[in-house]
Amino acid sequence: MEQDRFELNKNLAQMLKGGVIMDVTTPQQAKIAEEAGACAVMALERIPADIRAAGGVSRMSDPKMIKGIQQAVSIPVMAKCRIGHFAEAQILQAIDIDYIDESEVLSPADDKYHIDKTKFAVPFVCGARDLGEALRRINEGAAMIRTKGEPGTGDIVQAVRHMRKMQAEIRRLASLAEDELFEAAKELQVPYELVLYVHRHKKLPVVNFAAGGVATPADAALMMQLGAEGVFVGSGIFKSGDPAKRAAAIVKAVANYNDAKMLAELSEDLGEAMVGINEQEINLLMAERGK
Amino acid sequence: MKIGVLAVQGAFIEHEKALAALGVSCFELRKAGDLKCPFDGLILPGGESTVQNKLLRDLGLFAPLKEKIEKGLPVFGTCAGLLLLAKEIVNDERRCFATMDIVAVRNAYGRQLGSFSAQAEFKGLGLIPLTFIRAPYIAGVGAEAEVLAVADGRIVAARQGRQLVTAFHPELYDDLRVHRYFLETAGAAGS
Repeated sequence: MEQDRFELNKNLAQMLKGGVIMDVTTPQQAKIAEEAGACAVMALERIPADIRAAGGVSRMSDPKMIKGIQQAVSIPVMAKCRIGHFAEAQILQAIDIDYIDESEVLSPADDKYHIDKTKFAVPFVCGARDLGEALRRINEGAAMIRTKGEPGTGDIVQAVRHMRKMQAEIRRLASLAEDELFEAAKELQVPYELVLYVHRHKKLPVVNFAAGGVATPADAALMMQLGAEGVFVGSGIFKSGDPAKRAAAIVKAVANYNDAKMLAELSEDLGEAMVGINEQEINLLMAERGK
Repeated sequence: MKIGVLAVQGAFIEHEKALAALGVSCFELRKAGDLKCPFDGLILPGGESTVQNKLLRDLGLFAPLKEKIEKGLPVFGTCAGLLLLAKEIVNDERRCFATMDIVAVRNAYGRQLGSFSAQAEFKGLGLIPLTFIRAPYIAGVGAEAEVLAVADGRIVAARQGRQLVTAFHPELYDDLRVHRYFLETAGAAGS
């Protein structure tokens, strides 16, 4: 992938900032998401909560289903492929997808290698639990990062843990002397140049969103205040009582994440939130997939 | 001089950095209450026009800003901002301010694989770098609007009075010439 293409792909993520990316499974849901103010949609056959409930191997969605969603909305359409499954990624690129999520929500196809994302013209977003994972994915060509959180749970604790850890590690790198960065690169298992970038700019070289467990406007505001540049909402919307209303409220909460008075209004009368599972109650930690 | 930057969604921080580099102060417009602070110009950043259009209305910003633009507030729209200002959009029924007599085509180069960078002559500024991200272009301009840049045979920048639009993203470069051009328009408006 040429540098120019990588820049264009990073730039698209910049345009998504301050926005909410919503999981949708049908063209109708995609329209509800767009009308509620989603800045992009993630097309997938089953939302993470249902993947978790169904068990078994979960794979890339049917391209026909993704195309139906591409036709239904004018905003960017993303789709997920399995970690390391570059053939699924090639298929998604062939149907002109706007962003590929190489995602731990699906069953990993490779337990050692991620996709060499530099070989693709379409952009990739990848999950990360800490700075090392984030920079390793960026080194492989990811143009956007999101926290892994714990998908399909409605429990925000893991996303908070991952975002706090990443921000703390960024602050630590920023505070090091330049001659200490070589050792830091060794510890993080990432190239020196990426460590130097973080040290100098006090941020990741690409946009960083929150994902995994966001269920309420307050969850979204919490992640934004912790330093997320936007939010993915997976199961939280279409597993709730009133998806359109909740989706619109989360969009407004991200735009005004520091305004507690507005957040209070937005949190009123949203109907049933997704039931949710606490992290201690689940058997499968998706965040452990792909390091 | 003080510039208000629409900050409901999109790449507004990049514009704020460009203004800071030019020594101009700015503030973020996120809700109706933010309009209390007086300002001399408005920037509508890149992002998703559908999201921005909805939030402008839901957050009580749409009507007061439209009135200000109609009364001559200098405004600079990039990419999504261009669509918010366009009177006509060929392939979308949604309209926002519709204060500028241009005909736009949304997502005119297709999806992300159609995004590209180029260079083109900008009237009075010389050759400038251009980045198009799922960008629109301008299919035609009315009698009052002036074409400022053409890339690959398509109109990609125009102005009409104190309204300036670009289909590309000057805020993604360190090159500050287009922002300076806008500020000169805003400065000429006085206040």
